[in-house]
Amino acid sequence: MNMSTEVAQGPLTVLIADDNMTDRMLLSSIVRRQGHSVITAGDGLEAVRVFAEQRPQLVLLDAMMPVMDGFAAAREIKRLAGEALVPIIFLTSLSEEQALVRCLEAGGDDFLAKPYNQVILAAKIKAMDRLRRLQATVLEQRDQIARHHGYLLNEQRVAKAVFDQVAHSGCLDSPNIRYLQSPYALFNGDLLLAAFTPAGDMHVLLGDFTGHGLPAAVGAMPLAEVFYGMTAKGYGLQETLREMNAKLKRILPVDMFCCATLLSLSFQRGIVEVWSGGMPEGYLLRGDSGERVPLVSRHLPLGVLSPARFEDRTDVWPLAVGDRVLLLTDGVIEATNADEELFGVERLLAALGERNAQGEVFDSVLSALSAFRGEYRDDFSMAELAMVQPDYLKPPALIYSDSGQSSPLDWSSSFEFRAETLKRFNPLPFLMHMLQEIHGLRPQSGALYSVLAELYSNALEHGVLGLDSELKRDARGFAQYYEQRNTRLTQLDEGYVRLHLHVRREGEGGRLVIRVEDSGRGFDARKALATPARERGLSGRGIHLIRQLSQNASWADDGRSAQVEFAWEQQG
Amino acid sequence: MAVTRTFSADEKDLTIAISGRFDFAAHQEFRDAYERVEHTPTRYTVDLKNATYLDSSALGMLLLLRDHAGGDHARIAIINSSSDVQKILAISNFNKLFDIS
Repeated sequence: MNMSTEVAQGPLTVLIADDNMTDRMLLSSIVRRQGHSVITAGDGLEAVRVFAEQRPQLVLLDAMMPVMDGFAAAREIKRLAGEALVPIIFLTSLSEEQALVRCLEAGGDDFLAKPYNQVILAAKIKAMDRLRRLQATVLEQRDQIARHHGYLLNEQRVAKAVFDQVAHSGCLDSPNIRYLQSPYALFNGDLLLAAFTPAGDMHVLLGDFTGHGLPAAVGAMPLAEVFYGMTAKGYGLQETLREMNAKLKRILPVDMFCCATLLSLSFQRGIVEVWSGGMPEGYLLRGDSGERVPLVSRHLPLGVLSPARFEDRTDVWPLAVGDRVLLLTDGVIEATNADEELFGVERLLAALGERNAQGEVFDSVLSALSAFRGEYRDDFSMAELAMVQPDYLKPPALIYSDSGQSSPLDWSSSFEFRAETLKRFNPLPFLMHMLQEIHGLRPQSGALYSVLAELYSNALEHGVLGLDSELKRDARGFAQYYEQRNTRLTQLDEGYVRLHLHVRREGEGGRLVIRVEDSGRGFDARKALATPARERGLSGRGIHLIRQLSQNASWADDGRSAQVEFAWEQQG
Repeated sequence: MAVTRTFSADEKDLTIAISGRFDFAAHQEFRDAYERVEHTPTRYTVDLKNATYLDSSALGMLLLLRDHAGGDHARIAIINSSSDVQKILAISNFNKLFDIS
């Protein structure tokens, strides 16, 4: 161990204070012979002054002295010494108990009776030196711990500040989100992120890394980076999940992983898509019926499976305005009270039954927790998300860094995506990236993205996969629909989706024509468009959305070919 | 918390039994139980009969064992888990990696 010179063993500087010069000289020579250096004083006041000037490590103090006696001098010396132990041995010919007690009460550590016994004196100096060094070591280590604690707090503060910048670059502050995260949730391994897709859907991630402290926090940054990056580019949950899993698998040690729920709220299409691995059940809470749908963990946590074995299958549920989703980490259920009882699922479910006037359960869960524990420790994260009207939220406008001088305005391009590609590849981010080179289109990029996404999923799901939109009339059929989608996509071995893009200048502005064709059986577009919303149930929202958001939407070739247009007046 | 290990007579099966809390405190002992061996077993069994609790770092330790035992080719059974412990293993879907009973 690294000790300061203060602690090092060796000869000491010893202050001897005695008004009797003979005694003083006798004692000095004894102590010097034992290898120490000696400084002397003739009374209490001088002893205090010499101590203050020369800071000896040990003091031998006569009790009875003129000007200031040994008791007063001892108190003053102890005061000057502060936290350091400067042992004081009283030199005394006093023998009555009361006098000896006074010596100790004044701050003396020991006493030595006159006449001096050299062997006892040497032993006492040694013993006192041991104590002195012990005290010095304790102080040194205490200061070291305090210093390290200070460093640690500062490092956490900086890491948290950096991380807050990252976490809040998303849309956690949206009016349809309520959440609670302890200030140092990052160091509990918790992570809550939310961001808008270009189409105005909201992606939310609640993650919980294994362990605590810095090791639990290190995975958060790369995970957040993938989440924001891919969400902003318009990737879907499944591609994002595959990428997050692959990244964590690559960088984390084997015994570390991240339990997570990732979901996509689509306000326009009225659905929520959920993937959950290793998280406690979240809940979808129906606004009208009060029904509670558990969102069950179906997968291993992120970072466990190799990319080849990773399962990206999601569940999809219909969502109506007023429905809510509650996500939580295991800290809620595992909260314990003074009797070591767990809060448990039962209490949570009871709290979920008590919604406030707005239908929220957030406060109900919090007050159940604090009633249970007296006051809850904040080592959990919880988020409540509300389904709202699409135009209730205002996703931030995208920021582009280029000037727009090189906007391409007269071109065509065609793509054909075949079975093997359709299984896993999402071409939309790539197509959007290309279309965003056209500056005039940028103000409409949300609508453009939504329409492109609908056209593509219609071609894929109803065309190539032959799924019947009618299934989505009710909630059960809705679930069936997405199950069939998964199965058929996995088994797909033929079929195609073709995309034709055509861009031309029109005066100051221009026009984009998108045509999408598929290899499916086609459908009766006119009938689908004519069905009133009440009868459609959850089906057929897609083509109405397309009609609303684009111009000149039309279907041909028995519904196997869809065409839409986007026009703009002037360059962006 | 205590970790004990037993080899089968033919030394092909290694059983690691955990009693008490299975958490980070068991880290070193649990590793030693399968790393410091003279024979490489072909099958592993983790006996949780006397384990009262299991946290996420215990899940991490099970993954380390799985990695040590050959990753995707590992043959590891987790036996005698209480209903509470089974619940934790089920939430994490560890039945996809381990043979749990």
